[in-house]
Amino acid sequence: MVVSELTDSEIDRIFQALADATRRDIVSRVLTSGHSVTALAERYDMSFAAVQKHVQVLERALLVTKERRGREQLVHSRIETIGQATTLLQAYEQIWAKRALRIDEILAEDTAKEKS
Amino acid sequence: MTVISVEKDTDALTLTFVAEFSADVERVWQVWEDPRQLERWWGPPTWPATFTQHELSVDSRSAYVMTGPDGTKAGGWWLITAVEAPARLEFDDGFADENGEPDDSIAPVRATVTFESIDGGTRMTTLSRFVSIDQLEKMVEMGMEEGMTLAMGQIDDVLRA
Repeated sequence: MVVSELTDSEIDRIFQALADATRRDIVSRVLTSGHSVTALAERYDMSFAAVQKHVQVLERALLVTKERRGREQLVHSRIETIGQATTLLQAYEQIWAKRALRIDEILAEDTAKEKS
Repeated sequence: MTVISVEKDTDALTLTFVAEFSADVERVWQVWEDPRQLERWWGPPTWPATFTQHELSVDSRSAYVMTGPDGTKAGGWWLITAVEAPARLEFDDGFADENGEPDDSIAPVRATVTFESIDGGTRMTTLSRFVSIDQLEKMVEMGMEEGMTLAMGQIDDVLRA
């Protein structure tokens, strides 16, 4: 994940989300494969609703995403997705930066002609 | 030319690119309107674009082909969805095969370009809206020079590791 490309508020949310041991555990569990909220809830000594709340906090911090699979909702890690989107948008920005430079070169020809 | 700001939204998959030019809005509009000027800046120098069809009017379709250093061709099309010369332009930017036939298997990128008159020139804002990572990846592959595409592949490997 390219952390430097996230906004300050996004980084704040990530750190807040990871400040809790249960949430850290959820993140590491879903890194390798998707888990349903029910399956996650069985692992912790707390209610289904409490686990669901933890998942929501992780969702808001863009660390996990939920995907409907039949009657269940699978929780997946989003760490890779964030990194990929950031990298690609950065590359796309470069495309526009270069286009703007080329537009500028075309516009500069006008001034050169006026001068000569 | 000055790049004023760039905003990336990794969640909504949008990029807002703002640049200023020292030419009036009518002149900056021309580099979009005139296909001969447009093809000089749309594609990278190593993949020059040729627009075979281009007119800035609503519902008009543009067609272009980019040719790489080894002769490989990559096509694209625009569908103009809104025009307010010389202030605003909206279009869908889609993919096509080497013959310019639209490839509908991948959604077009929605682009909105606005031109504002500022002291001493024009501020141009381009907003690109993507619907998926795949589409964004394809667009980047097509718009990048060869060396950059390779670099992207390497970044992908790093991300997968």
